[in-house]
Amino acid sequence: MKSIVDTFFNFLLNQLYRIGQFGLFLQHSFSSLFSTQSEWKETAKQCYLIGYKTLPLVGITGFIMGLVLTIQTRPTLSDFGAESWLPAMVSVSIVREIGPVITALICAGKVGSGIGAELGSMNVTEQIDAMEVSGTNPFNYLVVTRILACAFMLPLLTIYNDIISMLGSFMGVNIMGEVSIRLFFASALSEISFLDIFSSLIKTFFFGLAIGIISTYQGYYAQKGTVGVGAAANASVVISSLLIFILDMVAVQISSLFS
Amino acid sequence: MNQNETILRVKNLSKSFGEKQVLSDINIEVLKGETMVIIGMSGSGKSVLIKCLIGLITPDTGEINILNNDLLSLKKKALNTLRTKLGFLFQSAALYDSMTVQENLAFPMRNNFDLSKAEKLTAMEKVLEEVGLAGTLQQMPAELSGGMRKRLGLARTLIMQPEFIFYDEPTTGLDPITSKEISELILQVQEKYNTSSILITHDMACAKLTANRMIVLKDGKIADEGNYESLAKSPISWIQNLFQ
Repeated sequence: MKSIVDTFFNFLLNQLYRIGQFGLFLQHSFSSLFSTQSEWKETAKQCYLIGYKTLPLVGITGFIMGLVLTIQTRPTLSDFGAESWLPAMVSVSIVREIGPVITALICAGKVGSGIGAELGSMNVTEQIDAMEVSGTNPFNYLVVTRILACAFMLPLLTIYNDIISMLGSFMGVNIMGEVSIRLFFASALSEISFLDIFSSLIKTFFFGLAIGIISTYQGYYAQKGTVGVGAAANASVVISSLLIFILDMVAVQISSLFS
Repeated sequence: MNQNETILRVKNLSKSFGEKQVLSDINIEVLKGETMVIIGMSGSGKSVLIKCLIGLITPDTGEINILNNDLLSLKKKALNTLRTKLGFLFQSAALYDSMTVQENLAFPMRNNFDLSKAEKLTAMEKVLEEVGLAGTLQQMPAELSGGMRKRLGLARTLIMQPEFIFYDEPTTGLDPITSKEISELILQVQEKYNTSSILITHDMACAKLTANRMIVLKDGKIADEGNYESLAKSPISWIQNLFQ
């Protein structure tokens, strides 16, 4: 009985420690974002790795998503004689919801796990300590750069994903009929407002921030050993993905107030 | 600086993790150009001690004065400036495995704006030649053997021409021949640059070759100190066993 109580007490203490550690990490991250010692060269490199290197995955997924969504939606709209609404309906779904969330989930999987594993591995092999003793601030160099890159690249990746998805949708529309690209985009964009695009970009900025913060935290404080590296990569993906859905729910509530 | 000047002075240093007292009342002095070797059984607190001395771990109590700086009272920026004068060779070499040899060497110099790109490249080639790794600038650390990785770690430490070097088990995991080569390299560095050093090792051949003075740690306390010969003849059996 005593050991169960001890285990529970230790678990509770450990969780409280992690919460405190995460709070300090957040405070340190936000104060360092505006620090004069920002590593702009490394931030640009991370933008390239996180943004450019993710383009193929986001593009392929976006194209298939637009195509499939169009093919799946067509029968339902046909039943109601509203087939002409197909481009507008698909574009609204993509721009408001599916594009940002799918892009963020792809990045949580690809980028988040990569950051968690990379920093975790650097921690385990004392590379972070080596940076510190060489007179470099590893927090600015490794953490802040990746958070900034995630936050700035995700909105751009989402715009790219939206465009490719629309092209996929255009192909989906043309499988069963013939619509010019001009007519398709005129119809698709007719229902998209500035608020749709703006709120989509703002929320993807926060999705990116969440992925960056969670992944760098998990990696930077990975417990020693290869198991810790795996756990950091895994937790980066799981927690980031969960947070994306929670943030999306909040974003929808906020944007509905303005629409 | 004269040869008798104290470069590192540690007073009453103590550190505990939770209820475990890892270091207790440690007092050390290292002179200019001197190599002090710290030996002791695993878990005696050697690695924690040198991590305290370079500011990676903050001790609970005590004073650390290194190169005329009170280490524990330094702000982050001043500490980073001081660290450019200190070198640290990690047990695992801690090479940046996503960077080439050249990028590994360039990393400590990235905030040194006094040198041009060409001068930095020349410095890198020179230091690689000194450690016997000439022509490896474009290789990745994964392509190097264990001994070469240690040499590269040492080259990365030397590139900033530190005044004080900490070695954390520099010969661990190497075969006897490579261990001897690394030990000789450490000795050459000390003689050539007149650096002061603290070296942690279990390798007595390395200690014999490099040590001016030695300290034996046990349970976080200094159990004995002296030169290699006097400690090897210690009447305390467990200390004698360390030398076998």
